[in-house]
Amino acid sequence: MIPALLAAAPALPLGEAGKYVAGAFCAFVAIVVIYVAIMAVRLQRMNRELDELSATLREREQAERAETTR
Amino acid sequence: MYGKGLRALSLATFAALTATFALVFFYAPLDADQGFIQKIFYVHVPVSIVTLCAYVVGAAFAALHLKTRDRKWDLRSYVVIHIALIFNIVGLLTGSIWAKASWGHWWVWDEPTLVSFLIVFLLFATYQPLRFSIEDPERQSRYASVFAIMAGAFVPLNFAAVRAASPFVHPRVFATSEGGLPGSMAFVFVCAIVAIGLLFALLVAYEIAAKQTRWKLRALRRRALGGEAVAPLGRSAAPSLGAPERPSAGTPPRAPRNPAEAAS
Repeated sequence: MIPALLAAAPALPLGEAGKYVAGAFCAFVAIVVIYVAIMAVRLQRMNRELDELSATLREREQAERAETTR
Repeated sequence: MYGKGLRALSLATFAALTATFALVFFYAPLDADQGFIQKIFYVHVPVSIVTLCAYVVGAAFAALHLKTRDRKWDLRSYVVIHIALIFNIVGLLTGSIWAKASWGHWWVWDEPTLVSFLIVFLLFATYQPLRFSIEDPERQSRYASVFAIMAGAFVPLNFAAVRAASPFVHPRVFATSEGGLPGSMAFVFVCAIVAIGLLFALLVAYEIAAKQTRWKLRALRRRALGGEAVAPLGRSAAPSLGAPERPSAGTPPRAPRNPAEAAS
């Protein structure tokens, strides 16, 4: 599908100007991607904290249940 | 529920950006004067416009914070300015790349539009250190709001002054004495502004949702594990969202910062 799209698309005049245009668009995309990556790292940290919290609460519940059955 | 509507906003942003980039490269005509280099304007100009508008919006949120004393406005002001700074960097980078391609220099110090945009960036770059330098959350948010309002008011004044005094070396994109852009270019520009505006709104929404979730999680941990089990908050530039955290009985008292505090 992509080769067909490229064949149908008009030829872009990628001469000397092409590298600058590509650079500008890449800079834009790169900064957005870096930001999304930072957000992903923060999300992973929150997930880890949430897992720790769930595990602690589960242990506490099990201990309480064991105490009541005793 | 935090981050409500994020999925719809993400999809809309992705569709708008994809469509805009396709229009930029396959629909918008080549500029007769600049040729292919002018395509940079479809990113550089909308990003710069969104950045300057965002600073004014951040100032409006800060004013609402001072008026209502509601922390949510401080958070919104902080996040909008934070994302606007990132967009400002994109605007400076893409502008610099265009300048190299068109003028042969990465930066021209005697060009008022460039330098004024850099001044606006440097002005708002002091916003985070200002917040970080104030430990008390209440004072931090108040002082930061005052700064955001003053800096936000500077943005349109600066824009108008440069526009009035500039020798018009920097290209004017939307309005020229010759009648402005042709219809197809103007359409793609408007699409680019909408797409980049949506991207800005999306990043702001993500950041706010992440901050609120993090605070909610912290509050839950304190409730479930006890205050002493959760590491105390360090100094931060970000606004605090929860209730002030009082040290619990098990937490050792903080050491005095100076002799006067120790004596009192």
